[in-house]
Amino acid sequence: MDKQTTPEAGDVLEQAADWHKEGEGVAIATVTKTWGSSPRPPGSQLVINAKGEFRGSVSGGCIEGAVVSEAAGVIETGESRILHFGVTNEMAWEVGLACGGEVEIYLEKLS
Amino acid sequence: MKAGTLDRLLADRRAKRSVALVTRLEDGFAALLHPGDRAAEGVPREVVVEALRALAKGQSLPFEQDEGTYFIRSFIPDPRMVIVGAVHIAQSLAEMARLAGFHVVVVDPRQAFARSDRFVGIEISTDWPGQALEELELDRRTAVVTLTHDPKLDDPALDAALASPAFYIGSLGSKKTHRARLERLASRGFAEADRERIRGPVGLSIGSVTPAEIAVSILAEVIGALRSGSS
Repeated sequence: MDKQTTPEAGDVLEQAADWHKEGEGVAIATVTKTWGSSPRPPGSQLVINAKGEFRGSVSGGCIEGAVVSEAAGVIETGESRILHFGVTNEMAWEVGLACGGEVEIYLEKLS
Repeated sequence: MKAGTLDRLLADRRAKRSVALVTRLEDGFAALLHPGDRAAEGVPREVVVEALRALAKGQSLPFEQDEGTYFIRSFIPDPRMVIVGAVHIAQSLAEMARLAGFHVVVVDPRQAFARSDRFVGIEISTDWPGQALEELELDRRTAVVTLTHDPKLDDPALDAALASPAFYIGSLGSKKTHRARLERLASRGFAEADRERIRGPVGLSIGSVTPAEIAVSILAEVIGALRSGSS
């Protein structure tokens, strides 16, 4: 009926809003495109605060660590970024998708 | 995204309104669109049309346009599960279904069962099932599960469920109980096509024994129906 829907994403955004109200810097990562067998569909979200705490997911746990590291820079500068992960990525030796899929992520600051 | 946009988005979600968040990836410009909206400030007409089409299907996807790439993130209200019978299995099922993203309502006019200390954080109705289900306006994103075994509670719930487009209707009981239930439905004038909508014995056949295990089998069957659109 609705394979693209991720009901839990709303709760993840509630957490982002709560952190922001507490005065915490917050970044939101959203899966915008996937190729091959990527574990989470477009629209899946991960929210990160300046302390490095996070909720939600953009993969099966393979790339969250890298996205959380990138988020620190996004929170500091306010500049959004588009991240690409996959087997062809130069980061694949360290960070990649074991499933062989590829994923594009939009990472922005909640301002 | 601006905090004000996020607040309006969350207000829509809490009010169970469908909403699409449209973000231009080049500069982070974001706008919200709702079913029936004709336009959104700063969003090109063709992006509005595409966003409303995606929202109607509950899809999230990128949309390439001359001006740049937009990402359309659809938020539609959570599916609902209405559980008739605030029994032991219902305690496990309500909690598991909530974790799986369902808005859960437990219906039981027996106030000794339908107590908030037995169903912490779960919506409870102590109206008679027929009336309760009518007021809940069962739609095609609602599942109905009856667990009482008691015809005077289960049957009015099944009547209401069969009169609705609910995507899943399941009824607890042995094969014998289910046969008797189907005979009663036939005598009340329900056609075979209606009676076949009821899953009974309820749940996937995984040899469940305990209430929690039975809840797993029911929830798995409900999710299967939701995701396959086999309703």
